Amino acid sequence: MATRGFIGRKRSGDPRLPPGQYDAGDDWPVLTAEVTPNLRPEQWSMSVDGLVETPTTWSWEEAHALPQSEFHGDIHCVTTWSKLGVTFGGVSVDELLTVAGPRPGATHVLATSTTGYTTNLPLADVTGGKAWVVWTFGGQPLSSGHGGPVRLLVPHLYFWKSAKWVTRLTLLDHDQRGFWEVNGYHDRGDPWLEQRYTGD
Amino acid sequence: MSELLRSTTDAPTGGWRTATVRKVARRTERTVVVRLDIADRVPHMPGQHYVVRLTADDGYTASRSYSVASSPSDPLVELCVERLEDGEVSSYLADVVEVGDELEVRGPIGGWFAWDGVAPTLAIGGGTGVVPLISMLRHARELEHPDLVCLVAAARTAADLPYSDEAMGDCNLVALSREDTPSRPAGRLTSADLAPHVAGRELFFVCGSALFAEAVSRLLVELGVTTTAIRVERFGPTS
Ligand SMILES: Cc1cc2nc3c(=O)[nH]c(=O)nc-3n(C[C@H](O)[C@H](O)[C@H](O)COP(=O)(O)OP(=O)(O)OC[C@H]3O[C@@H](n4cnc5c(N)ncnc54)[C@H](O)[C@@H]3O)c2cc1C
Repeated sequence: MATRGFIGRKRSGDPRLPPGQYDAGDDWPVLTAEVTPNLRPEQWSMSVDGLVETPTTWSWEEAHALPQSEFHGDIHCVTTWSKLGVTFGGVSVDELLTVAGPRPGATHVLATSTTGYTTNLPLADVTGGKAWVVWTFGGQPLSSGHGGPVRLLVPHLYFWKSAKWVTRLTLLDHDQRGFWEVNGYHDRGDPWLEQRYTGD
Repeated sequence: MSELLRSTTDAPTGGWRTATVRKVARRTERTVVVRLDIADRVPHMPGQHYVVRLTADDGYTASRSYSVASSPSDPLVELCVERLEDGEVSSYLADVVEVGDELEVRGPIGGWFAWDGVAPTLAIGGGTGVVPLISMLRHARELEHPDLVCLVAAARTAADLPYSDEAMGDCNLVALSREDTPSRPAGRLTSADLAPHVAGRELFFVCGSALFAEAVSRLLVELGVTTTAIRVERFGPTS
Protein backbone atom coordinates (compact mmCIF):
# COMPACT_ATOMS: atom_id res chain seq x y z
CA MET A 1 0.00 0.00 0.00
CA ALA A 2 1.55 3.31 -1.03
CA THR A 3 1.15 6.11 1.52
CA ARG A 4 -0.45 9.22 0.03
CA GLY A 5 2.08 11.98 -0.51
CA PHE A 6 5.09 10.09 0.86
CA ILE A 7 8.22 10.45 -1.22
CA GLY A 8 10.95 9.78 1.34
CA ARG A 9 14.64 10.53 1.21
CA LYS A 10 16.77 10.20 -1.83
CA ARG A 11 17.41 6.47 -2.24
CA SER A 12 20.98 5.72 -1.34
CA GLY A 13 21.04 2.61 -3.49
CA ASP A 14 23.88 1.34 -1.29
CA PRO A 15 23.88 -2.45 -1.73
CA ARG A 16 25.06 -2.81 1.88
CA LEU A 17 21.70 -1.54 3.19
CA PRO A 18 19.10 -4.25 3.88
CA PRO A 19 15.45 -3.45 3.05
CA GLY A 20 13.84 -0.74 5.21
CA GLN A 21 17.19 0.39 6.71
CA TYR A 22 18.86 3.80 6.46
CA ASP A 23 22.48 4.81 6.81
CA ALA A 24 22.90 6.53 10.19
CA GLY A 25 26.28 7.89 9.12
CA ASP A 26 28.29 9.00 12.16
CA ASP A 27 25.31 8.66 14.51
CA TRP A 28 25.17 5.62 16.74
CA PRO A 29 21.81 5.66 18.50
CA VAL A 30 21.59 4.19 22.01
CA LEU A 31 18.30 2.39 22.64
CA THR A 32 19.04 0.26 25.70
CA ALA A 33 16.05 -0.49 27.95
CA GLU A 34 17.93 -0.58 31.23
CA VAL A 35 20.27 1.55 33.29
CA THR A 36 23.77 1.67 31.79
CA PRO A 37 25.96 -0.34 34.17
CA ASN A 38 29.21 1.15 35.35
CA LEU A 39 31.17 -2.05 34.91
CA ARG A 40 34.92 -2.21 35.44
CA PRO A 41 36.86 -4.73 33.36
CA GLU A 42 38.16 -6.49 36.48
CA GLN A 43 34.56 -7.07 37.64
CA TRP A 44 33.61 -8.67 34.36
CA SER A 45 33.93 -12.31 33.37
CA MET A 46 32.67 -14.38 30.47
CA SER A 47 31.14 -17.83 31.01
CA VAL A 48 30.11 -20.52 28.57
CA ASP A 49 27.88 -23.12 30.18
CA GLY A 50 24.83 -25.33 29.61
CA LEU A 51 25.26 -28.16 27.11
CA VAL A 52 29.07 -28.07 26.97
CA GLU A 53 31.75 -30.57 27.96
CA THR A 54 33.75 -28.07 30.01
CA PRO A 55 31.83 -25.10 31.43
CA THR A 56 34.41 -22.32 31.44
CA THR A 57 34.75 -18.81 32.83
CA TRP A 58 37.31 -16.30 31.57
CA SER A 59 38.43 -13.17 33.38
CA TRP A 60 39.18 -9.99 31.42
CA GLU A 61 42.88 -10.96 31.34
CA GLU A 62 42.17 -14.55 30.33
CA ALA A 63 39.80 -13.49 27.55
CA HIS A 64 42.45 -11.13 26.21
CA ALA A 65 45.01 -13.96 26.22
CA LEU A 66 42.90 -15.87 23.67
CA PRO A 67 43.64 -15.35 19.95
CA GLN A 68 42.16 -11.96 19.03
CA SER A 69 40.23 -11.16 15.90
CA GLU A 70 38.46 -8.27 14.23
CA PHE A 71 35.22 -7.72 12.39
CA HIS A 72 35.02 -5.21 9.53
CA GLY A 73 31.56 -4.61 8.11
CA ASP A 74 28.05 -3.33 8.77
CA ILE A 75 25.55 -3.45 11.63
CA HIS A 76 21.78 -3.12 11.45
CA CYS A 77 19.32 -2.11 14.18
CA VAL A 78 15.66 -3.18 14.06
CA THR A 79 14.67 0.47 14.61
CA THR A 80 15.91 0.89 10.98
CA TRP A 81 19.33 2.51 11.32
CA SER A 82 22.44 0.82 9.98
CA LYS A 83 26.11 1.69 10.44
CA LEU A 84 28.31 0.84 7.51
CA GLY A 85 31.99 0.00 7.44
CA VAL A 86 32.66 -0.34 11.16
CA THR A 87 35.40 -2.25 12.97
CA PHE A 88 35.14 -4.17 16.22
CA GLY A 89 37.88 -6.14 17.97
CA GLY A 90 37.77 -8.96 20.49
CA VAL A 91 37.64 -12.72 20.44
CA SER A 92 35.64 -14.99 18.16
CA VAL A 93 32.89 -17.00 19.89
CA ASP A 94 34.45 -20.00 18.09
CA GLU A 95 37.49 -19.65 20.36
CA LEU A 96 35.31 -19.82 23.47
CA LEU A 97 33.39 -22.81 22.13
CA THR A 98 36.59 -24.63 21.21
CA VAL A 99 37.53 -24.56 24.89
CA ALA A 100 34.06 -25.30 26.29
CA GLY A 101 33.18 -27.96 23.70
CA PRO A 102 29.48 -27.98 22.71
CA ARG A 103 27.79 -31.29 23.48
CA PRO A 104 25.79 -33.12 20.81
CA GLY A 105 22.22 -31.89 20.97
CA ALA A 106 23.12 -28.25 21.62
CA THR A 107 21.09 -26.25 19.08
CA HIS A 108 20.61 -22.78 20.60
CA VAL A 109 22.31 -20.21 22.76
CA LEU A 110 20.92 -17.83 25.36
CA ALA A 111 23.16 -14.80 25.87
CA THR A 112 22.87 -13.06 29.27
CA SER A 113 24.16 -9.63 30.28
CA THR A 114 25.28 -8.32 33.65
CA THR A 115 22.05 -6.28 33.69
CA GLY A 116 19.89 -9.41 33.35
CA TYR A 117 19.16 -8.73 29.65
CA THR A 118 18.86 -11.91 27.58
CA THR A 119 18.62 -12.79 23.89
CA ASN A 120 18.29 -16.12 22.10
CA LEU A 121 20.18 -17.30 19.02
CA PRO A 122 20.52 -20.47 17.00
CA LEU A 123 23.95 -22.00 17.75
CA ALA A 124 24.69 -21.95 14.02
CA ASP A 125 24.49 -18.14 14.09
CA VAL A 126 27.34 -17.79 16.60
CA THR A 127 29.70 -20.39 15.10
CA GLY A 128 31.81 -20.48 11.94
CA GLY A 129 33.26 -16.96 12.23
CA LYS A 130 29.92 -15.18 12.57
CA ALA A 131 30.03 -13.92 16.17
CA TRP A 132 32.46 -12.23 18.55
CA VAL A 133 32.81 -11.01 22.09
CA VAL A 134 34.21 -7.52 21.50
CA TRP A 135 35.88 -4.80 23.56
CA THR A 136 37.03 -2.32 20.95
CA PHE A 137 35.20 -0.19 18.38
CA GLY A 138 37.26 1.54 15.72
CA GLY A 139 40.36 0.57 17.67
CA GLN A 140 39.19 2.33 20.88
CA PRO A 141 37.78 0.75 24.05
CA LEU A 142 34.04 0.19 23.66
CA SER A 143 32.14 2.87 25.62
CA SER A 144 29.67 1.83 28.33
CA GLY A 145 26.66 3.24 26.46
CA HIS A 146 27.41 0.93 23.57
CA GLY A 147 27.93 -2.08 25.82
CA GLY A 148 31.44 -1.53 27.10
CA PRO A 149 33.59 -2.91 28.42
CA VAL A 150 32.35 -5.97 26.50
CA ARG A 151 29.44 -6.84 24.25
CA LEU A 152 28.42 -9.70 22.01
CA LEU A 153 28.66 -8.99 18.28
CA VAL A 154 26.51 -10.94 15.82
CA PRO A 155 26.56 -8.49 12.92
CA HIS A 156 24.58 -10.56 10.41
CA LEU A 157 21.49 -10.35 12.66
CA TYR A 158 19.59 -7.29 13.97
CA PHE A 159 21.64 -5.61 16.64
CA TRP A 160 19.47 -6.42 19.68
CA LYS A 161 20.99 -9.91 19.34
CA SER A 162 24.43 -8.37 20.02
CA ALA A 163 23.84 -8.22 23.78
CA LYS A 164 25.58 -5.31 25.53
CA TRP A 165 27.53 -6.12 28.72
CA VAL A 166 27.43 -9.83 27.82
CA THR A 167 28.68 -12.12 30.55
CA ARG A 168 27.36 -15.56 29.73
CA LEU A 169 26.47 -17.86 26.83
CA THR A 170 24.31 -20.86 27.76
CA LEU A 171 24.03 -23.66 25.23
CA LEU A 172 20.59 -25.29 25.10
CA ASP A 173 18.84 -28.08 23.22
CA HIS A 174 15.87 -25.76 22.54
CA ASP A 175 15.12 -22.12 21.73
CA GLN A 176 14.40 -20.07 24.86
CA ARG A 177 13.12 -16.57 24.17
CA GLY A 178 14.98 -13.57 25.52
CA PHE A 179 14.03 -10.08 26.68
CA TRP A 180 12.68 -8.65 23.39
CA GLU A 181 11.70 -11.97 21.83
CA VAL A 182 9.03 -12.70 24.49
CA ASN A 183 7.36 -9.46 23.47
CA GLY A 184 7.01 -9.98 19.77
CA TYR A 185 10.49 -9.58 18.32
CA HIS A 186 11.68 -12.25 15.93
CA ASP A 187 13.53 -15.30 17.24
CA ARG A 188 16.22 -15.05 14.53
CA GLY A 189 16.24 -11.47 13.24
CA ASP A 190 17.86 -11.64 9.79
CA PRO A 191 17.87 -8.06 8.42
CA TRP A 192 18.03 -9.22 4.79
CA LEU A 193 14.75 -11.11 5.33
CA GLU A 194 13.34 -8.23 7.43
CA GLN A 195 12.67 -10.60 10.33
CA ARG A 196 11.76 -7.81 12.74
CA TYR A 197 8.74 -9.22 14.55
CA THR A 198 7.37 -12.67 15.35
CA GLY A 199 5.83 -14.09 12.21
CA ASP A 200 7.77 -11.89 9.73
CA MET B 1 25.07 -11.37 38.68
CA SER B 2 21.75 -9.58 39.08
CA GLU B 3 18.37 -11.14 38.43
CA LEU B 4 17.10 -11.47 34.87
CA LEU B 5 15.06 -8.63 33.43
CA ARG B 6 11.50 -9.76 33.08
CA SER B 7 8.87 -7.95 31.10
CA THR B 8 5.51 -7.01 32.58
CA THR B 9 3.16 -10.03 32.50
CA ASP B 10 2.25 -11.07 28.98
CA ALA B 11 2.02 -7.73 27.27
CA PRO B 12 -0.24 -7.75 24.22
CA THR B 13 1.35 -7.78 20.76
CA GLY B 14 -0.46 -6.91 17.55
CA GLY B 15 0.31 -7.35 13.86
CA TRP B 16 0.05 -5.00 10.88
CA ARG B 17 -3.17 -3.01 10.55
CA THR B 18 -4.46 -0.16 8.44
CA ALA B 19 -5.12 2.96 10.48
CA THR B 20 -7.37 5.80 9.38
CA VAL B 21 -6.37 9.28 10.51
CA ARG B 22 -9.29 10.88 12.38
CA LYS B 23 -7.63 13.96 13.79
CA VAL B 24 -4.43 15.97 13.30
CA ALA B 25 -3.65 18.75 15.78
CA ARG B 26 -0.62 20.74 16.81
CA ARG B 27 0.29 20.21 20.42
CA THR B 28 3.27 22.53 20.62
CA GLU B 29 5.10 24.48 17.92
CA ARG B 30 7.10 21.37 17.04
CA THR B 31 4.76 18.53 17.92
CA VAL B 32 1.67 17.18 16.27
CA VAL B 33 -0.97 14.85 17.66
CA VAL B 34 -2.31 12.26 15.26
CA ARG B 35 -5.38 10.25 16.31
CA LEU B 36 -5.87 6.94 14.54
CA ASP B 37 -8.82 4.65 14.11
CA ILE B 38 -7.37 1.13 13.91
CA ALA B 39 -9.93 -1.52 13.02
CA ASP B 40 -9.55 -4.83 14.80
CA ARG B 41 -6.72 -3.59 16.98
CA VAL B 42 -5.19 -5.35 19.96
CA PRO B 43 -5.63 -3.11 23.04
CA HIS B 44 -2.34 -1.72 24.35
CA MET B 45 -0.85 -1.36 27.80
CA PRO B 46 0.20 2.19 28.72
CA GLY B 47 3.85 2.62 27.70
CA GLN B 48 3.70 0.43 24.60
CA HIS B 49 4.35 1.77 21.11
CA TYR B 50 3.40 1.30 17.47
CA VAL B 51 5.51 1.22 14.33
CA VAL B 52 4.34 3.46 11.50
CA ARG B 53 5.47 2.33 8.04
CA LEU B 54 5.34 4.73 5.10
CA THR B 55 5.59 3.39 1.56
CA ALA B 56 6.47 5.47 -1.51
CA ASP B 57 5.15 4.74 -5.01
CA ASP B 58 8.35 2.88 -5.93
CA GLY B 59 7.98 0.54 -2.95
CA TYR B 60 10.59 2.29 -0.78
CA THR B 61 9.60 2.15 2.88
CA ALA B 62 10.51 4.05 6.06
CA SER B 63 9.34 2.84 9.48
CA ARG B 64 9.66 4.52 12.88
CA SER B 65 8.35 3.77 16.36
CA TYR B 66 5.84 6.05 18.13
CA SER B 67 4.55 5.67 21.67
CA VAL B 68 0.84 5.65 22.40
CA ALA B 69 -0.40 8.66 24.39
CA SER B 70 -4.00 7.52 24.70
CA SER B 71 -5.32 5.31 27.46
CA PRO B 72 -6.39 1.77 26.62
CA SER B 73 -10.08 2.72 26.87
CA ASP B 74 -9.81 5.50 24.27
CA PRO B 75 -11.52 4.32 21.07
CA LEU B 76 -8.71 5.91 19.05
CA VAL B 77 -4.93 5.47 19.27
CA GLU B 78 -3.22 8.80 19.85
CA LEU B 79 0.39 9.44 18.80
CA CYS B 80 2.31 12.63 19.46
CA VAL B 81 5.19 13.27 17.09
CA GLU B 82 7.97 15.82 17.32
CA ARG B 83 8.86 17.25 13.93
CA LEU B 84 12.57 16.91 13.32
CA GLU B 85 14.23 19.04 10.67
CA ASP B 86 14.84 16.69 7.72
CA GLY B 87 13.23 13.88 9.71
CA GLU B 88 11.92 11.51 7.10
CA VAL B 89 8.90 10.16 8.95
CA SER B 90 8.24 12.85 11.58
CA SER B 91 8.12 15.64 9.00
CA TYR B 92 5.72 13.60 6.89
CA LEU B 93 3.43 13.05 9.88
CA ALA B 94 3.69 16.71 10.89
CA ASP B 95 3.37 18.34 7.46
CA VAL B 96 1.61 16.01 5.06
CA VAL B 97 -0.83 13.76 6.93
CA GLU B 98 -4.50 14.76 6.77
CA VAL B 99 -7.73 13.50 8.23
CA GLY B 100 -8.94 10.55 6.16
CA ASP B 101 -5.45 9.31 5.20
CA GLU B 102 -4.61 5.67 5.70
CA LEU B 103 -1.39 4.58 7.40
CA GLU B 104 0.16 1.17 7.86
CA VAL B 105 0.85 0.51 11.53
CA ARG B 106 2.03 -2.37 13.65
CA GLY B 107 1.42 -2.67 17.37
CA PRO B 108 1.15 -2.63 20.22
CA ILE B 109 4.82 -3.54 20.79
CA GLY B 110 6.97 -3.81 23.91
CA GLY B 111 6.44 -5.44 27.28
CA TRP B 112 9.19 -3.95 29.41
CA PHE B 113 8.24 -0.32 29.04
CA ALA B 114 4.62 -1.12 29.86
CA TRP B 115 2.60 -0.35 32.98
CA ASP B 116 0.27 -2.96 34.42
CA GLY B 117 -2.10 -0.47 36.04
CA VAL B 118 -1.21 -1.79 39.49
CA ALA B 119 2.34 -0.91 40.56
CA PRO B 120 2.82 2.53 42.16
CA THR B 121 4.97 4.26 39.58
CA LEU B 122 7.21 7.27 39.15
CA ALA B 123 7.27 8.27 35.48
CA ILE B 124 9.91 10.75 34.31
CA GLY B 125 9.87 12.11 30.78
CA GLY B 126 11.90 14.65 28.84
CA GLY B 127 10.15 16.55 26.02
CA THR B 128 8.27 14.10 23.79
CA GLY B 129 9.48 11.40 26.19
CA VAL B 130 6.35 12.18 28.20
CA VAL B 131 4.14 10.63 25.50
CA PRO B 132 4.03 7.02 26.81
CA LEU B 133 3.84 8.38 30.36
CA ILE B 134 0.73 10.41 29.51
CA SER B 135 -0.95 7.12 28.60
CA MET B 136 -0.05 5.83 32.08
CA LEU B 137 -1.35 9.00 33.74
CA ARG B 138 -4.60 8.89 31.80
CA HIS B 139 -5.08 5.23 32.60
CA ALA B 140 -4.46 5.82 36.32
CA ARG B 141 -7.04 8.61 36.33
CA GLU B 142 -9.58 6.40 34.61
CA LEU B 143 -8.95 3.70 37.19
CA GLU B 144 -9.71 6.41 39.77
CA HIS B 145 -6.24 5.91 41.22
CA PRO B 146 -4.45 8.99 39.93
CA ASP B 147 -1.97 8.61 42.81
CA LEU B 148 -0.62 5.39 41.23
CA VAL B 149 1.32 7.37 38.64
CA CYS B 150 3.42 10.36 39.58
CA LEU B 151 4.67 12.20 36.51
CA VAL B 152 7.78 14.34 36.36
CA ALA B 153 7.92 16.14 33.02
CA ALA B 154 11.06 17.98 31.96
CA ALA B 155 11.61 20.32 29.02
CA ARG B 156 13.34 23.55 28.14
CA THR B 157 10.18 25.65 28.19
CA ALA B 158 6.47 24.96 28.69
CA ALA B 159 6.01 25.46 24.98
CA ASP B 160 8.39 22.52 24.34
CA LEU B 161 6.39 20.18 26.52
CA PRO B 162 3.49 18.34 24.94
CA TYR B 163 0.59 17.70 27.33
CA SER B 164 1.93 20.25 29.83
CA ASP B 165 -1.69 20.99 30.79
CA GLU B 166 -2.25 17.36 31.77
CA ALA B 167 1.14 17.05 33.42
CA MET B 168 0.10 19.54 36.10
CA GLY B 169 -1.51 17.67 38.97
CA ASP B 170 -1.31 16.67 42.60
CA CYS B 171 1.92 14.72 42.77
CA ASN B 172 3.15 15.77 39.36
CA LEU B 173 6.05 18.08 38.70
CA VAL B 174 6.96 20.10 35.64
CA ALA B 175 10.66 20.95 35.58
CA LEU B 176 11.68 23.55 33.02
CA SER B 177 15.35 24.25 32.41
CA ARG B 178 14.89 27.69 30.83
CA GLU B 179 11.73 29.03 32.50
CA ASP B 180 10.62 29.72 36.07
CA THR B 181 7.33 28.18 37.15
CA PRO B 182 5.29 29.08 40.29
CA SER B 183 6.69 25.98 42.01
CA ARG B 184 10.23 25.93 40.70
CA PRO B 185 12.96 28.23 39.37
CA ALA B 186 14.43 27.47 35.94
CA GLY B 187 17.04 24.71 35.98
CA ARG B 188 17.79 21.17 34.98
CA LEU B 189 16.12 18.28 36.72
CA THR B 190 18.05 17.43 39.90
CA SER B 191 18.08 14.75 42.49
CA ALA B 192 16.32 17.22 44.86
CA ASP B 193 13.42 17.39 42.37
CA LEU B 194 13.06 13.62 42.34
CA ALA B 195 13.81 12.77 45.98
CA PRO B 196 10.34 13.58 47.39
CA HIS B 197 8.67 11.33 44.81
CA VAL B 198 10.72 8.15 45.14
CA ALA B 199 9.37 6.67 48.38
CA GLY B 200 6.69 4.01 47.99
CA ARG B 201 7.16 3.67 44.23
CA GLU B 202 7.80 0.20 42.83
CA LEU B 203 8.47 0.98 39.18
CA PHE B 204 10.37 3.83 37.58
CA PHE B 205 9.77 4.64 33.92
CA VAL B 206 12.27 6.98 32.29
CA CYS B 207 11.74 8.17 28.73
CA GLY B 208 13.39 10.72 26.46
CA SER B 209 16.54 11.31 24.46
CA ALA B 210 19.50 9.04 25.16
CA LEU B 211 21.21 11.84 27.10
CA PHE B 212 18.16 12.59 29.21
CA ALA B 213 17.50 8.92 29.97
CA GLU B 214 21.10 8.40 31.01
CA ALA B 215 21.17 11.43 33.31
CA VAL B 216 17.84 10.63 34.98
CA SER B 217 18.49 6.93 35.48
CA ARG B 218 21.76 7.90 37.20
CA LEU B 219 19.92 10.28 39.52
CA LEU B 220 17.54 7.47 40.47
CA VAL B 221 20.38 5.05 41.18
CA GLU B 222 22.03 7.73 43.36
CA LEU B 223 18.74 8.04 45.26
CA GLY B 224 18.95 4.33 46.07
CA VAL B 225 16.52 2.92 43.50
CA THR B 226 17.44 -0.64 42.45
CA THR B 227 18.42 -0.79 38.80
CA THR B 228 15.99 -3.61 37.95
CA ALA B 229 13.08 -1.36 39.02
CA ILE B 230 14.10 1.22 36.40
CA ARG B 231 12.69 0.82 32.91
CA VAL B 232 14.16 3.06 30.27
CA GLU B 233 13.03 4.00 26.80
CA ARG B 234 15.47 5.94 24.66
CA PHE B 235 13.99 7.67 21.65
CA GLY B 236 17.21 7.69 19.66
CA PRO B 237 20.14 9.96 18.90
CA THR B 238 18.55 13.39 18.96
CA SER B 239 17.91 15.33 22.16
C1 LIG C 1 10.29 2.88 21.26
C2 LIG C 1 10.34 4.26 20.64
C3 LIG C 1 9.27 5.13 20.86
C4 LIG C 1 9.28 6.41 20.28
N1 LIG C 1 8.22 7.26 20.52
C5 LIG C 1 8.23 8.50 19.97
C6 LIG C 1 7.15 9.42 20.22
O1 LIG C 1 6.18 9.11 20.94
N2 LIG C 1 7.19 10.65 19.64
C7 LIG C 1 8.26 11.03 18.83
O2 LIG C 1 8.23 12.15 18.32
N3 LIG C 1 9.29 10.18 18.59
C8 LIG C 1 9.30 8.93 19.12
N4 LIG C 1 10.35 8.06 18.86
C9 LIG C 1 11.39 8.49 17.88
C10 LIG C 1 10.91 8.13 16.46
O3 LIG C 1 10.84 6.74 16.30
C11 LIG C 1 11.84 8.65 15.34
O4 LIG C 1 13.15 8.26 15.62
C12 LIG C 1 11.78 10.15 15.17
O5 LIG C 1 10.45 10.56 14.87
C13 LIG C 1 12.71 10.59 14.05
O6 LIG C 1 12.35 9.95 12.85
P1 LIG C 1 12.44 10.72 11.46
O7 LIG C 1 12.17 9.74 10.38
O8 LIG C 1 11.59 11.93 11.49
O9 LIG C 1 13.91 11.22 11.44
P2 LIG C 1 15.13 10.49 10.73
O10 LIG C 1 14.95 10.57 9.26
O11 LIG C 1 15.31 9.15 11.32
O12 LIG C 1 16.29 11.43 11.15
C14 LIG C 1 16.60 11.74 12.52
C15 LIG C 1 17.56 12.90 12.51
O13 LIG C 1 18.75 12.52 11.91
C16 LIG C 1 18.99 13.29 10.76
N5 LIG C 1 19.28 12.33 9.64
C17 LIG C 1 19.36 10.99 9.76
N6 LIG C 1 19.67 10.41 8.59
C18 LIG C 1 19.77 11.38 7.70
C19 LIG C 1 20.06 11.40 6.30
N7 LIG C 1 20.34 10.29 5.59
N8 LIG C 1 20.05 12.58 5.69
C20 LIG C 1 19.80 13.69 6.38
N9 LIG C 1 19.52 13.74 7.71
C21 LIG C 1 19.52 12.60 8.37
C22 LIG C 1 17.76 14.12 10.49
O14 LIG C 1 18.17 15.44 10.20
C23 LIG C 1 16.97 14.08 11.75
O15 LIG C 1 17.15 15.25 12.49
C24 LIG C 1 10.37 6.80 19.46
C25 LIG C 1 11.44 5.91 19.25
C26 LIG C 1 11.45 4.67 19.83
C27 LIG C 1 12.60 3.75 19.57
